[in-house]
Amino acid sequence: MPEPAAPTVTVVPSTAGGPVPVAASRGQLRMAAGRFVRHKLAMTGLVVFLLLLLASLVVPLFWKYGYTSITGQYGTGPSAQHPFGTDPIGHDMLAQVLAGTRTSLETALLVAAISTAFGTLVGAIAGYYGGIADQVLMRLTDLVLIVPVLAVLLVLSNRFSKQADSSLFVGLMLALLLWTYLARLVRGTFLGLREREFIEAEHAIGASAPRIILRHLVPNAAGAIAVNATLTVANAMLIEAALSYLGLGVQPPQVDLGTLIASGEGDATALPWLFYFPSAFLVLAILCVNFVGDGLRDALDPTRRER
Amino acid sequence: MASFLLFLLVAVSGNPLASLMANPHISPATIAAAKRELGLDQPLLVRYWDWLTRMLGGSFGTSTTGQPVGTELGTRLVVTLQMVVPSVIVAVVLAVGVGVIGAVRQYSVTDHAMTAVAYLFYSTPVFVVAILLKDFLAVDVNNAAGHTVLFTLGQNTPGTTGTLPVLTDVVEHTVLPVLTLTLITYAGWSRYQRAQLLDVLNADYIRLARAKGLSPRRVLFVHALRNALVPVVTVVAADFAVLLGGAVVTETAFGWQGMGQFLLQGLTGPVSPDTTTVQAWMMVVAAVVIVFNIIADMLYAVLDPRIRLA
Repeated sequence: MPEPAAPTVTVVPSTAGGPVPVAASRGQLRMAAGRFVRHKLAMTGLVVFLLLLLASLVVPLFWKYGYTSITGQYGTGPSAQHPFGTDPIGHDMLAQVLAGTRTSLETALLVAAISTAFGTLVGAIAGYYGGIADQVLMRLTDLVLIVPVLAVLLVLSNRFSKQADSSLFVGLMLALLLWTYLARLVRGTFLGLREREFIEAEHAIGASAPRIILRHLVPNAAGAIAVNATLTVANAMLIEAALSYLGLGVQPPQVDLGTLIASGEGDATALPWLFYFPSAFLVLAILCVNFVGDGLRDALDPTRRER
Repeated sequence: MASFLLFLLVAVSGNPLASLMANPHISPATIAAAKRELGLDQPLLVRYWDWLTRMLGGSFGTSTTGQPVGTELGTRLVVTLQMVVPSVIVAVVLAVGVGVIGAVRQYSVTDHAMTAVAYLFYSTPVFVVAILLKDFLAVDVNNAAGHTVLFTLGQNTPGTTGTLPVLTDVVEHTVLPVLTLTLITYAGWSRYQRAQLLDVLNADYIRLARAKGLSPRRVLFVHALRNALVPVVTVVAADFAVLLGGAVVTETAFGWQGMGQFLLQGLTGPVSPDTTTVQAWMMVVAAVVIVFNIIADMLYAVLDPRIRLA
């Protein structure tokens, strides 16, 4: 296994109030950004993902059918009027798929944001303070890690998701369960760094704990956090769709890609477009996110690609 | 090892889901009575001890329908294992094979093609694969064969008798779910195997082994693969438990009456939620997770002698 990348920081003895070096220098960040931009697959992934998100937000404003409106055409195939066809109830599938994409993407991004913030916080406290805080937080992490995510979600959502705005609840529940891996990762990085000289120097000049954590430790774990956050988006989309497929995720009138696929399943042989379009959008979105995650990993750890 | 025991204690004694399973529509008196009945008014340690002794005595209590949960859970576990175990075996073989080829022929056309396929399956929800196989592959195969070769619903045909017919029947029911789970799980593992092997192949001791004049085959299989398998083993062991808990999606897609369906029915059944069932389910799956983590640790020590079990 490779050693964790050494923090590229040169600690200049500085008087209090003087310029304090930031762990990840600008030059390094720019180099990483450059590597990411040159990563074709990752850039394609990012662009397609943003296009999907944009389309799901903007197109419904102009499209002639809302996702709940009944069009008077029942179970017709793709045509100029209905590019994605209609379902047996008479919904326009383009409007449905776009609404579903929006729910799925928004939920996944919410999950990634919350679980990343929480995981980083828990990992930071455990790794920085060590001792009892570390013991308690890591046992808590173990506890969450040991319960099967999907099962706990089923239990929770059976009770909670029947409320209005169910996608928000599903997102919050997912976030509650997906922070553990990152917490361990951040803790490990911090444990390795907290005894290093540049942190010792910070202690010596009297820097506060939040300052050391935010300015010096988090930047050193930023790469891992960014990669993990991206992969959490993909993971959240997969789990959320599964939950909806089982009927315990997003509830009507909201739709997401999982519920669309589930309702398209019954007619998959006769009216295949009901199944194909939401599935294609879901797979495409997840694929894009995974490409972005991989590109980020390569860009932030240049030693990886040479191996 | 001490920390692991502590962890075990916390994980199984807390019964963290009990409060969540309480139905909001039940009056406080009923809840209190149910609490007494379930022993939830007892202190944590007492509850833990009760649970432990009861479970060691082999009893998980009865469900709301009066069935012993343990027996039912056992039956369901077998059904799920019928799906999960073959998938894991096939997926491991596939993943190691694909991973090794990808690492040895890095950046070749084969490697790129296999990477693309792995990415695709890695990004596809399990139920999408299930529906595709069910509604398209199975229909074509069955039409071509003229009769049902690949069953898309259920884990067996009730009422089949005789050793060979039963065996054939089970295999015909199992092929598609196993294929589904295999495709989904092998993708991630093969990427991991490839990365690990690439790591090892660039290590100094591999250069030494090559410099000594050992045959490439010997270097790859004896020196490199053995070391590259170590991290993969942990991932597989950890994922096995996840698969067991996550099999509910595949079970739903193929209409199997397995573990996951048992949980779903316990949650959404007529008298729901069925606390005893859900609790027992959680305990069993958590226990499986722990057992498989221990197995992973032990395999780790066997494969990598530098690691000692303290």
